[in-house]
Amino acid sequence: MTQDFLLSFAQAITKGLLTGMVYGLMALGLSVIFGVMRVVNFAHGELMVVGMYLAWAAFEYFQISPLLSLPVIAVLFFGLGYALQRGLIQPFIGRPEHQQFLLLLGVALVLVNACLAIVGPDSRGVQLEAQFESYELGPLVFDAVRLHAAIAAIVIAAVLWLFFTRTRTGKAIRAAADNHMGALVVGLDVRRLYAVTFGVGAACVGAAGALMITIIPVTPFLAAEYTLLAFVIVIVGGLGSMTGALMGGLLIGVSEAVAGLLADPSLKSMFSFGLLIAVLLLRPQGLFGPKSSS
Amino acid sequence: MSGIPPRLLGVLGLLLAFLLVAPAVLGKYGLSVLILVLYFAYVGQAWNIMMGFAGQLSLGHALYAGLGGYVAAGLFFHYGLGPWAGVFAAVVAASLAGAIVGYLGFRFSLAGVYFALLTIAFSEFTRLAFDHWSWAGGSGGLFLKVDGSTSLLNLRGGPVLFYYVILALAVGALILSRVLLESRLGRYWLAIREDAEAAQAVGVPVLRCKMIAVVISAALTSLAGVWNAFYYNNLFPETAFSMGRSIEITLAPIIGGLGTLFGPFIGAIVLTGLGEVFTDVGEYLGIPGIKQIFYGLALLAIVMYRPAGVWPWLAGRIGLK
Repeated sequence: MTQDFLLSFAQAITKGLLTGMVYGLMALGLSVIFGVMRVVNFAHGELMVVGMYLAWAAFEYFQISPLLSLPVIAVLFFGLGYALQRGLIQPFIGRPEHQQFLLLLGVALVLVNACLAIVGPDSRGVQLEAQFESYELGPLVFDAVRLHAAIAAIVIAAVLWLFFTRTRTGKAIRAAADNHMGALVVGLDVRRLYAVTFGVGAACVGAAGALMITIIPVTPFLAAEYTLLAFVIVIVGGLGSMTGALMGGLLIGVSEAVAGLLADPSLKSMFSFGLLIAVLLLRPQGLFGPKSSS
Repeated sequence: MSGIPPRLLGVLGLLLAFLLVAPAVLGKYGLSVLILVLYFAYVGQAWNIMMGFAGQLSLGHALYAGLGGYVAAGLFFHYGLGPWAGVFAAVVAASLAGAIVGYLGFRFSLAGVYFALLTIAFSEFTRLAFDHWSWAGGSGGLFLKVDGSTSLLNLRGGPVLFYYVILALAVGALILSRVLLESRLGRYWLAIREDAEAAQAVGVPVLRCKMIAVVISAALTSLAGVWNAFYYNNLFPETAFSMGRSIEITLAPIIGGLGTLFGPFIGAIVLTGLGEVFTDVGEYLGIPGIKQIFYGLALLAIVMYRPAGVWPWLAGRIGLK
């Protein structure tokens, strides 16, 4: 009895960790955008859902597996993010939060309802052979799709880390995030860097969408939920911190899976929001953020 | 009344006269639209006190409306206690919730986005709690009996009754806002909104003033919740505490002009008008979601071209400033 319970507990944690990596990648996009521009992307879940739909459409109409369409979607999303930042968001940098909020709310409404208008309200998923496969490690079973998605998410996060630490553009973006005035003084093109940042953030969430569609089917109504989920993850992990977003994703992934096992599945979000409140009050810089925020 | 330009007073008088006779003039549809306008003007005014005056961004006001509605409707449903008595319990519950959220947020000095996320978190947390609370009907909802009777005492009746109640609330909130804004407290709020540290330095009791703003705002919002519950006769946690409900409350004042007295009202007219037009367009085109796409585009256009809101611009244009 206890043996069975322990096994299903370990199983839930494994599942949560794998899904959590994809959550982490999604939240990474939000965190990068906020960390650099101090703009909260209220359209984040909507971007995620658009990514899921694109991967679904590529599979449905061209029989391209989401893992293969992912790079294309990421590039498309980079362009979309770049254009959004250049065309809409740039003038709102440094403006009052409620104006940024209204702007991105407008973007969110247009994006999610464009999905609804084009595809309709029914849920859409992809049928992959990998969904019936699994890997076994001792007594533990790993769903193949979740494992693939988690590995892909780790690879993308690693690429992102290399971008921010090794490339000139990445370093320049970090410089602009650390000291906006200083970046301007040394002659960095901060507007372009901001557009690249939004592009990178959007590419993350688009890629996360392509991975998520292999795990669960998509409906337009998921968008708002994902926006909230991404907020919870980045706050718990530490807004603006890359490792924080990934660790936060894992934590929320695991807590959801465990709550689903131990209690009513609908209580899983209650735990997440409880955690969000506790972190906001006791450690607003996040569990994995820097020691001092001031 | 002092300090209000006579021309503005004249316009307001005419407007009030029209609103008083509107049920006799307008048809059923017109009245239902006007009810929506007044509802959004009222909740917007309540939210505006906290954000527009005191500068504290709440994206979780559905919490106060939902609590108010559930408390009054629950007391009526279970014990037959009429809303005029239940409303006191509703106000107490919502004020308490506001005080808790506000105290925690301000005490731990959360500002801007962080404070807004705290308000969202409390609202969502409460939504999930109500989903599992059987006294309040759980996720299946709470339904008030509709027996066709008209009783002012139990707030049972047709649209005209609810129209006059929400009109009274909207006018009352406007007057209250004006009185508050002209008071010492109102000046303190503006000082805190502009620069909390400087306000603190010159001796403004910042924490106390912010707390008063949250509690007043929450209490007023709960009245709208009570009104809403008895007007629609049903309550679901899914909608009553939803993020969408909270966002909806913020739109009229932001669109109309944050921190202005008439912004919420103008914003409510613009938004409800656009909503009705886009609903018609959407039905004509027959595409799901098209209404919301237009709505989103309209929000984008307004925030891009009139970021300070419609009213300050309009007031300048028609010489009411």
